[in-house]
Amino acid sequence: MAFQVLLNVFIAFMWMFLQNSYTLSVFAAGFLFGLLIIFIMRRSFSSRFYFLNVLAVFTLFTIFIKELILANLSVLKVILSPVFSHTPGIFAYETELKKDWEITMLSNLITLTPGTLVVDISDDKKTLYIHAMDINDAEEARKEIRDSFEKAIKEVSR
Amino acid sequence: MIEISKAISGYLILQGAVLCFIASIGVLRLPDVYTRNHAASKGATLGVMSLLLGVFLYFLMVEGHFNSRVLLGIAFVFLTSPVAGHLIMRAAYNTKVPLWENSVQNDLKKKNAGDPERTSHPRIRDK
Repeated sequence: MAFQVLLNVFIAFMWMFLQNSYTLSVFAAGFLFGLLIIFIMRRSFSSRFYFLNVLAVFTLFTIFIKELILANLSVLKVILSPVFSHTPGIFAYETELKKDWEITMLSNLITLTPGTLVVDISDDKKTLYIHAMDINDAEEARKEIRDSFEKAIKEVSR
Repeated sequence: MIEISKAISGYLILQGAVLCFIASIGVLRLPDVYTRNHAASKGATLGVMSLLLGVFLYFLMVEGHFNSRVLLGIAFVFLTSPVAGHLIMRAAYNTKVPLWENSVQNDLKKKNAGDPERTSHPRIRDK
């Protein structure tokens, strides 16, 4: 993926030299042109067309913001309710992610999810121990982590 | 235009202040370290972020000054506060701070089962 980005910048510079004008707008035009070339030549690269990864990063970012707002609303509800009637607890979650940065992203996302906070990660990096505000929601939280967050993170690193 | 942006940034700053206030109420009201940490790490993150965003919009629209440091501040708070929450949580658990007595489940206890020093955690019962 990094190679494709570098190639795109290189094509943009080539474009500037061909035009013999060195401004940001010409660079941007060359960059778009290079994007088109890389899209046409996408089958000759070992990884996929890199713009899809850029889109996946954007999706992940929107999920982050959305979860942050939802988490705040749910925390507000808990704090402002007259009686604290939840049953907190710690549940284990088996993750399929392998790389360190993926696990870091996942635990950041979980921390910003409504009602969950990562306490510990097992030494073999396969299990996350998550403190839930309400353990009855744990199953639902598990499903959401699996279907939404892990998928989005995998999409970025593919 | 200026009036609208003033209203928006005023709303954002007010929202941030209210969120921080409610997060601090949560720190007082909730029963144990772990649930308090929920309130502190989530409420304060969004609170501070919307405060900074309001300040940024005010200076951009009203004063015409693009302050990139405020944007960097938003990014840093967004990246670091969940990590800080996690580390406080972990440190609390490893120094054997008890969970609230109504806590029902503790899978982490099984992880430390082989380590006698870490299994003797006070006041945690398994279901």
